[in-house]
Amino acid sequence: MRLSDFVCMDALIPDMAVGDRDGVISELVGALAKAGKISKTKAEEVAKAVINRENEASTGIGKGVAVPHAKHPAVKQVVAAVGCCGRGVEFASLDKQPVYTAILLLSPADKADRHLQAMECIFRNLQKDDFRRFLRQAQTVEQVKETIEDADTGSS
Amino acid sequence: MIATGEHGRNDKDDGTLSVPEYEIEVQIRNVEGLHMRPAMQFVDTASRYDCAIEVSNEGTSVDAKSIMQMTMLAATCGTKLRIKAKGPDAGEAIAALRQLIEVKMFGETPA
Repeated sequence: MRLSDFVCMDALIPDMAVGDRDGVISELVGALAKAGKISKTKAEEVAKAVINRENEASTGIGKGVAVPHAKHPAVKQVVAAVGCCGRGVEFASLDKQPVYTAILLLSPADKADRHLQAMECIFRNLQKDDFRRFLRQAQTVEQVKETIEDADTGSS
Repeated sequence: MIATGEHGRNDKDDGTLSVPEYEIEVQIRNVEGLHMRPAMQFVDTASRYDCAIEVSNEGTSVDAKSIMQMTMLAATCGTKLRIKAKGPDAGEAIAALRQLIEVKMFGETPA
């Protein structure tokens, strides 16, 4: 699977203004609702599901990245939004460091295998120093998009 | 002759100084597969041991103590993983991981 198979290119947010974890999650879920990937009336509920999941165990797995996620019946297909926050956000990460890039992944309740494949794709890319650095430094939607496309074509 | 004493636990009368090494195959049995939460449990368990532990799913081999790498296995329900452990406590580590994956099934719903 490639990032562009599930990352919603209309839900890329460079330079996020929000300063806390729940704000980041709500904004990314909101972006997916705005892009028509989930129902606007369900956005709040979905964000709450992601936050609940995050409270169970942080998805901030170190190196300045977090992958908040949830499975929810309001989600029709596996979809992701990408947010970058240059100032860093407290995410209760495993390494106790702030998070600069959050990749929010939403999956339908009944697509466990596809969810795993999307996770594999995200983490395969997040292991690359350049990918993390480019996302963290991105200032424009175009730069985020390019980073994702370059990762898919193997040039980053 | 075999050295005794200084190297501790492996210097048995009949043994050598070789480092214990174990390899097993386990099957993911919980319906949701090895998603992030089970992967974290896997890493937590593996990290309690000093031995090196490697997990493979077909072509992909990763370090069992790295959550970033473990999530890359994309092990769906039914997937068979190979776990290789090498080090003084490899036997215990392998037993604990098998228990977690196949018996406890990460505390999740079986298929």
